[in-house]
Amino acid sequence: MRMKRPIVYPYIPNSVPETRSEMLDTTGVKDVEELYAEIPKKLRFKRSLKLPKPLLSEYELKTHVHGILSKNKSCEEVLNFLGAGCYQHHVPSVVDTILSRGEFLTAYYGTNYSDMGRFQVMFEYVSMLTDLVGMEVAGFPMYDGSSSAGTALRMCARITGRSEVLLPETVSPLRMKVIENYCRNSEVKRITRVSCHPDTGLIDLNDVKGRLTPNTAGVYIENPSYLGMIETQGNEIAGLTHENGSLFAVGVNPMSLGVLAPPGDYGADIVSGDTQPLGVHMNYGGGTCGFVAVRDVEEHIAELPPLMTSIADLEEGDGFGFNVFAWAERLSYAARENAKEYTGTATALWSTANAVYMALMGPQGMKEIGETILQKSHYAKKLISEIPGLKTPFPSAHFNEFVVSFDETGKTVSQINAALLKRRIFGGKDLSEEFPHLGQSALYCVSEIHTVKDLKKLAKSLKEVIP
Amino acid sequence: MTEEIKLRNYHAQVWDEPLLMELSVKGQRGILVPEAEKEVKAAVGDAEDLIPANMRRAQPPDLPEVAQPQVLRHYTRLSQMTMGNDVSNDIGVGTCTMKYSPKVNEQLCATSQMADLHPYQDESTVQGILEIMHKTRDFLREISGMDEISFQPTSGGQAVYTASSIVRAYHEANGEGLKRDQVITTMFSHPVDASCPATAGYEVVTIMPDKDGYPDMEALKAALSERTAALFITNPEDIGLYNPRIDEFVERVHAVGGLCFTDQANANGVLGKARAGDAGFDMCHFNLHKTFSSPHGCMGPGCGALAVKKHLAKFLPVPAVTRDGKNYGLDYDLPHSTGKVRDFYGTAQVVLRVYAWIMSLGAKGLNEVAEIAVLNNNYLEKLLLAIPGISESYGEGRVRLDQIRYSWEKLTADTGVTTEDVERRMTDFGVQAYWTSHHPYAIPQPLTPEPSESNAKEDIDYWAAVMGQISKEAYAEPEKVKSAPHRGITTAVDESAALLHEKCMFTYKKYKRVKEGKE
Repeated sequence: MRMKRPIVYPYIPNSVPETRSEMLDTTGVKDVEELYAEIPKKLRFKRSLKLPKPLLSEYELKTHVHGILSKNKSCEEVLNFLGAGCYQHHVPSVVDTILSRGEFLTAYYGTNYSDMGRFQVMFEYVSMLTDLVGMEVAGFPMYDGSSSAGTALRMCARITGRSEVLLPETVSPLRMKVIENYCRNSEVKRITRVSCHPDTGLIDLNDVKGRLTPNTAGVYIENPSYLGMIETQGNEIAGLTHENGSLFAVGVNPMSLGVLAPPGDYGADIVSGDTQPLGVHMNYGGGTCGFVAVRDVEEHIAELPPLMTSIADLEEGDGFGFNVFAWAERLSYAARENAKEYTGTATALWSTANAVYMALMGPQGMKEIGETILQKSHYAKKLISEIPGLKTPFPSAHFNEFVVSFDETGKTVSQINAALLKRRIFGGKDLSEEFPHLGQSALYCVSEIHTVKDLKKLAKSLKEVIP
Repeated sequence: MTEEIKLRNYHAQVWDEPLLMELSVKGQRGILVPEAEKEVKAAVGDAEDLIPANMRRAQPPDLPEVAQPQVLRHYTRLSQMTMGNDVSNDIGVGTCTMKYSPKVNEQLCATSQMADLHPYQDESTVQGILEIMHKTRDFLREISGMDEISFQPTSGGQAVYTASSIVRAYHEANGEGLKRDQVITTMFSHPVDASCPATAGYEVVTIMPDKDGYPDMEALKAALSERTAALFITNPEDIGLYNPRIDEFVERVHAVGGLCFTDQANANGVLGKARAGDAGFDMCHFNLHKTFSSPHGCMGPGCGALAVKKHLAKFLPVPAVTRDGKNYGLDYDLPHSTGKVRDFYGTAQVVLRVYAWIMSLGAKGLNEVAEIAVLNNNYLEKLLLAIPGISESYGEGRVRLDQIRYSWEKLTADTGVTTEDVERRMTDFGVQAYWTSHHPYAIPQPLTPEPSESNAKEDIDYWAAVMGQISKEAYAEPEKVKSAPHRGITTAVDESAALLHEKCMFTYKKYKRVKEGKE
């Protein structure tokens, strides 16, 4: 028979009773309870927590959790055409390998002397990302594309001292919820929407012109837009914006920038976005990784809220190290309530994924993947547009996403998607609630992972489910 | 005791690893990507022609060109120049609750049924992860004494920001949005407890410590008014003292109509021992990457689980994870919600790890976590206070919970060796640099260790022995400490440049131009 002893927890080395006693002796107390003397009795929790019986062995735990996870169907098992801000791409095995390195996975911040490696990764990430988006300066990664857009808009207001911003009506309603919440009671007092041409989905320049005021801090556009269109009037919008003394901010999908002109080429002052497509698994939306990049203008850099790493000379000899709290007076760590915004833990591990991804891809890889995505998504759009009853309402050029209208089928997107799911397909994101004026429409996303067979399967299945 | 410890003759892996850009060889490839099939190409033509002419990228991005083995080696080497919890003793990194992140949880996160889920999949295909989120919500309700949880915030900071948004929504709903424009915090609360309310538009009033190191009750009384929107306070505060009058703080703020939020980013010492909900708080948050074991990932992604009482639940971000008896779902129909603070639902994979961690421990295990964390800290205190030059800040005769802010003030006065010198020297012994304190240093020459429950007695003995050795060196040969590190990954950098904007170089391009004398 086993002796009845307290449980020794593998994650808690000092749960060995003898060790615990020895440490209590050194500490000079008889019972751990004495160490809780400072919490008044009335504030103590008196019963034990009501939690399920633990699964003490690793085997039982793993089996139990696998059991729950097996109720999920992943995009590896189901053919996926969902995008809308979270994108399925191939994650190179070297990215997964590096991310599983315990040194990166389990470090926190550190110093140049304890953790120079991670700061070098950060510096390389910033160097490559700014190059990809055509900017010159960025900091640690932030949270996601939407909150980064919020920061970009607030930066516009702080830099210009003005308080109104313009955004096209194609920005997703859920992104607007993030932006509106982030801008409430802030430097941004007014958010105005700019209309888009109903036939092309591109921004109406006259409306931009009409809505610019002496108090316009910035104009934010997305390229590609949430509905997938490539906005071709970047230069014109930049011109109007700059003439008005306002700043031009662009939200991008960085995956497109091996083939699409980077916003820096058409006049952007601030670029924001989400680098999840660059080597981060979707994680049910937990893979987001925001960024805000600017030009090398002191007044603009001074308004960036994230931590920043600057390369630095060594005091003696050649070589380099890093100043790991560069320009720190911006940050709430030091400035508390006087900081630009709040700063804290965000998504640094994903910047390591991004760095490895961009390193592997190189200029040629980014170009080729962009070409593949363009061709496959246009092919998918073509196949779908040839199906009687289905329309792809926007003729504008697109990158990886495009709108499909089911209005003529008499069915809702929800019904269509339920039928597709039976054929092991995740149909496009239902837009009928987000953009009611588009009727029963869905946003389809195609990437390099789709084969011609997959796309034909989609077309065939759509044909089957619409009658 | 510390004399008996043999210090490691550690030597860091000095790779002299160049910047990735310097490894670039024209034409090399790190990975190849799928090409569109012939049939596809034939149907749609050249990719270039699919892009409007003015939107084609004129110059390819200037990314390095490096073959796969060289990329792998480069980043593996950089990982070897990083001291994660998996390889080094990081007891010094206080307020951060560095603890073991179980490997089995990493394996679970890496499964396709977690990693490859799209957030907009049909709810019927994500019942597993929704179940995990819903059950973990129940666990955290019990642990916090609160009624509802949101996992949407990615971090502690974002959780405190979300709490600030909820304060605003609550007072606006009561027609007091404009009137209540102040949030009160304390000097030793985490800086986000000041910066998040400020980011949400509040004027922040900071309560300074009294002579014993507790937030000054008289200052609180003076600060309270009809303008008070909320109190944002960390307890125990960063210096490690538990505020025994915390319930009185809460009562006084409630009495003037304000809400009370407590920052439980680090709740390691109080798990199962005291609950924010029972102290009367309306809201609190937990950093799931601290107390609840999800790895820090060099600074995220984490999760700041925000817990609120019933009267604030309707203001939480959308969507809520729901259960209708049988099925789990996502509810966007929350008309009073403050909106959203980020895309999608938060970092679901972090919630998965936390579910597994709590399930591996249960109520007894969580109790053990708290007790051992507190015991480890008090044990370390005994060892550290025996070292010449070190002292405790405030709280004479008070028992601390899981962390303490100490000071090297005497060491600096006696030897000229500063806390930053010690911080550099300690890496020579194979331990992670410690956390000093947020700036400005309210306590001179600070250090803030937090020996979480993952540390063995031997780890604590070793860490104290390193401090003892450095103190000895400071008194005998201070230059040795000041010129450290000696066996580290690198040597001293020119730190003056960090504060001079014109000397900052944030990218390789800038660095190269400066090196070539072009800037």
